[in-house]
Amino acid sequence: MGGISLRRIGRALLVPALAVITALLIGAVVMLIFGDDPLAAYRGLFSGAFGNGRAWSTTIRKMTPLILTGLSVSVAFKAGLFNIGASGQFLIGTVFSVAVGVSFEGLPIYVHLPLALLAGILGGMLWGAIPGMLKVFTGAHEVIVTIMLNYVGALFAGWTVYAGGTQGQRPGPLWDPTAGAISETADVFPSAQLPWIFGPPYRVHWGVVLALLAAVLIWWLIFRTTVGFEMRTVGQNPRAARYAGMSVSRMVILAMVMAGGLAGLAGAIETLGLNHKFAPEFSGAVGFDGITVALLGQTNPFGVILAAFMLGALDAGAARMQFQSGVAADIIQVIQALVLAFVAAPAIIRQLFRLRRIPEQIEETTLRTSWGG
Amino acid sequence: MSEAAMPVLEARHITKRFPGVVANEDVNLKLYPGEILALLGENGAGKSTLMNIVYGLYKQTEGEIIVRGKPVEMSNPNDAIQLGIGMVFQHFQLVPVMTVAENVMLGSETIKRGLLDTQQVAERITELSQRYGLAVDPYAMVEDLPVGVRQRVEIVKTLYRNADILILDEPTAVLTPQEIDGLFDVMELLRSQGKSIIFITHKLKEVLRISDRIIVLRDGKVVGEADPKTATQSTLAAMMVGREVILTVDKDEAQPGPVVLDMQDVSAKDDHGQPALRNVSLQARAGEIVGVAGVQGNGQSELVEVLTGLRSLDSGRITINGLDMTNAGPRRVTQDGQSCHVPEDRHAYGMVDAYSVAHNLVLNTYFQPPFANGLTVDEQAIRRHAEDLVERYDVRTPNVSVHAANLSGGNQQKMVVAREFSRPVKLLIAAQPTRGIDVGSIEFIHQQIVAKRDEGAAVLLVSAELDEIMALSDRIAVMYKGEIVDIVPRNRATREGLGLLMAGAHSEEPAPVAGKAG
Amino acid sequence: MTKNGVLKKSQWIAGALAVAAVVMAVLVNTTALGQYTWLRVLFGVSALNFTLRASVPLVLGALCGILCERTGIINIGIEGMMLAGAFAAFVAKVATNDWPLLASLLFGVAIALAVGALMGLLHATLSIRYRMDQIISGTVIIILAAGTSAYLFDRDAVAQGKFGPVRIPLLADIPVIGDILFQNPPITYMALLLVVIVHVGLFYTRWGLRSRACGEHPRAADTVGINVNRYRYLNTMLGGALAGLGGGFLVLEAVGQFQEGMTAGRGFISLAAMIFGNWNPFGALAAATLFGYTQALQNELLLAGVTQAPRQFISMLPYVVTIVAVSGFVGRVRPPAAEGKVYETEGSSE
Repeated sequence: MGGISLRRIGRALLVPALAVITALLIGAVVMLIFGDDPLAAYRGLFSGAFGNGRAWSTTIRKMTPLILTGLSVSVAFKAGLFNIGASGQFLIGTVFSVAVGVSFEGLPIYVHLPLALLAGILGGMLWGAIPGMLKVFTGAHEVIVTIMLNYVGALFAGWTVYAGGTQGQRPGPLWDPTAGAISETADVFPSAQLPWIFGPPYRVHWGVVLALLAAVLIWWLIFRTTVGFEMRTVGQNPRAARYAGMSVSRMVILAMVMAGGLAGLAGAIETLGLNHKFAPEFSGAVGFDGITVALLGQTNPFGVILAAFMLGALDAGAARMQFQSGVAADIIQVIQALVLAFVAAPAIIRQLFRLRRIPEQIEETTLRTSWGG
Repeated sequence: MSEAAMPVLEARHITKRFPGVVANEDVNLKLYPGEILALLGENGAGKSTLMNIVYGLYKQTEGEIIVRGKPVEMSNPNDAIQLGIGMVFQHFQLVPVMTVAENVMLGSETIKRGLLDTQQVAERITELSQRYGLAVDPYAMVEDLPVGVRQRVEIVKTLYRNADILILDEPTAVLTPQEIDGLFDVMELLRSQGKSIIFITHKLKEVLRISDRIIVLRDGKVVGEADPKTATQSTLAAMMVGREVILTVDKDEAQPGPVVLDMQDVSAKDDHGQPALRNVSLQARAGEIVGVAGVQGNGQSELVEVLTGLRSLDSGRITINGLDMTNAGPRRVTQDGQSCHVPEDRHAYGMVDAYSVAHNLVLNTYFQPPFANGLTVDEQAIRRHAEDLVERYDVRTPNVSVHAANLSGGNQQKMVVAREFSRPVKLLIAAQPTRGIDVGSIEFIHQQIVAKRDEGAAVLLVSAELDEIMALSDRIAVMYKGEIVDIVPRNRATREGLGLLMAGAHSEEPAPVAGKAG
Repeated sequence: MTKNGVLKKSQWIAGALAVAAVVMAVLVNTTALGQYTWLRVLFGVSALNFTLRASVPLVLGALCGILCERTGIINIGIEGMMLAGAFAAFVAKVATNDWPLLASLLFGVAIALAVGALMGLLHATLSIRYRMDQIISGTVIIILAAGTSAYLFDRDAVAQGKFGPVRIPLLADIPVIGDILFQNPPITYMALLLVVIVHVGLFYTRWGLRSRACGEHPRAADTVGINVNRYRYLNTMLGGALAGLGGGFLVLEAVGQFQEGMTAGRGFISLAAMIFGNWNPFGALAAATLFGYTQALQNELLLAGVTQAPRQFISMLPYVVTIVAVSGFVGRVRPPAAEGKVYETEGSSE
């Protein structure tokens, strides 16, 4: 990881770039088959993502949580864990930060906002700690546990704002009585809201800067510290890590806690910067997209930024595409799956474009497969 | 074995290239009916590659295989099996969670009304095992069988398929001397019934004992043929390695000092929760090499893991340098115990394949100065350290940022040895330190182990190679079923005596020197 | 596994619980005990019927997992295969609404099987041919199925009709048990039958022996001339077909329509059932029934109104039980030794 040369960066970018292009091409073929006009669709997509200042600001807005959930998945990957639970962690982070945001009226912003952000991180950490601890203490595979926790987390988040039931069920603790029968929270106090960098109509908030800082911090942690060395060793060869006197259990829990914290921060930033409240229909889908971002970015924090920008642009453009060309925005999901497929199996891209296999000097991420026993 | 007889198997001008490597080059070989042909060569000489070609697992790049006079094309082992070729692999190809019968029939199943006819297969196995003296229980689960029996299952597997050309790849590596005798009896019985056998090995004594003809392979080429009646160990060794080989390790009489390692009544379980160590007591003194001999799977691995903090004890006590190290964990054992550990499986434990040589060389010291300052690591210091060690321990690598996976086995092992031996240590634990590497690296590592002893370290050497144990140890402990059955001073140990102990026989005399002398 | 399979303690407990449940069910539904609401919620015919219905897709999903993993392919994409099967069944059913009902439904089943198998083929190709990490490949399958079905879903389309119950003569007249087990629609019977078929196939046939060898020790299989990857392709496709059938069940037998994301985690719960059932078909059936029961309970509790707990907590039940099951048992089960690892014949590097 020492010398960084332009050639190496170029080589590292080649496959992901070709993967995105190929996915877009296949997406076009799919649209043609089902009678949609791919040119119009992509024109709409492009203008929705980069067409003007507002388009750019949408892209940045969409990119922000993706950077954090992408980092979340990447950190777990580095320790050999697959965190499919970023969406649950995202939602719990959201709920925690809103809980702080709607409480403590009158606190100054420099206390209230950090507190609300920290609460979000804490909530995500908590939700990430569960699969980490279960893995260490019972051997339960993190994939199944994180998936189940996504459902539990969504239901739990839904309950906190639940308006109450007809059979005497009490409303949730965060439900805003002024909303009547609607299940949602009140707006967080302005002192807990992330300020704008560019106000309406652009609506770009300081969250994006926080996300970029988080990426730099995570890069430093993984590649420049002893903790990062331990985490990567555990990910590459847990037995060698144990042999070398590292605590595999501690690293597994730490990686899941960090992953959860990052996803939780994403949730906090999304609400404190943008929505200012929480309702059950807010989904943590952005957590699932974190998987694609992490793999597209080859689990490198700077790669994750680029990948999040890419996917953020796709998301940003989707609405305009549907509006302009009538192509269902869901095609973006198909394209994302294809991108994921191509980056996860570079062999396909190499074969398609007849690339030579370059001797990899990047540590290839290996997941610990099998369900453990 | 008349010269006029037609060979049952012939390899003509076989060349096999892998990307970047020539594994076999223009190899010619003939196997006559009813003979035992030894294929001799050191690790990496290309013996196994050649046999994998004969068995249809690899496709040769050039050349042809002729079976009973007819050139054959083999695309997978099925073709070889059809031609009556059977192979017993060095690493047994048996499914542990299946029965012997299931393993034997796999791929050549007998079917009755659409379902497997296990009973008929079992009868056939019983019949074969009686005819060839290969006692096995068809209904036993393979994972419950000892190594020697698993090998019999492998041989039965080939006979079940009516093989008359048998390839045995390093079959003696895992056996006690007495089990080797038994295997040789079986081989002679097979030869007398007209089967032809290719016996792959790197052990000179065995070649001279059992084979009718010897072909020596070096660097993928046939370097010569020898007659076991006239050849000697040293002429064969010279052919095999290409230079004079020192067959013995030079070392002076040990000067044992104070006790460094003291384990008392240690018991522990294996990965499946079965007892693996039963009340093991063992001491090692400064300046002596204690060898631990035994057939693999008799608790040696667990012994090493318990000592190095990788496995927890059920009972007992371990002291290193006077410090209590019972269940201490690897970090404390290496740091406070001033010990080092060359693990038996370097890929599983000793190294990270995807790390650079430099990072591998600080795998367990990365957190100490000068490699780390508090939280951050110093890549420059790590690199300088690596360049120094690579030089001192003769690790052949283009540079220290190369991934360790790209080094040869011998150099990977030297890298592990460099990392472990370069620290000032009082206790050295080496498990199978020379498994699967070339003679040059073996010699180097043996010298280093003796040098460590002479510097005053206590050395615990665990090895499945009896020759290695005999060559290096000052005292020899023998393990059987999780117990140390005896500890014998080197000057009173014989191969036969150790072999009996390895099979579980307790020594006749009350072993006065054993426990106390050390 | 076949010969010296000792009935373990857990299996005895499971068996005892099942017998106790049946006895309770008969008592509750035939005696005065049925007056107690709680007992009716726990053991009523409707709860047990719902249990069976909820277990069917889980059983099929778990069988899919067993087929794949026993040959060495990890499949976390069951969810996606099931969703694809459901969507395909729906499209097929809608396209043939004017056919006779039975023909149209059977056509739907066939298409669900075929599309499931195709998803299996995709998973196998990605993980074998292109050596993609199998867990990631499974994730690709999930995202692809979700995205494609959402993109292609025509929200105005309506499927007309679904499978109705088929009474099995005589057996259906047994009180309580007959109502629960022998008056079900065809895919339910098929799922139960498949448990037996897969069990016999895996443990008593050539195909099963070879498949298991590929999952435990592929090189051993290779050295006796078995084409490991062919078995892996075949079984992943067969498994995919079963998961597709599970999706088909949702559309053609349970709901009658398609909804976006209608599998709602069933594929993942199947995976847990497979692990919980120790990669054995009957074990998976037992586990699936347990998970199905938690879903039934969720339903019954909400309907009966016997609790004031917010519905979100009741809905968590199946997911929490899955986590508990996986946490409590994974250390004690033994997955196929070679699963998740690409097998390359050693000579294939040229």
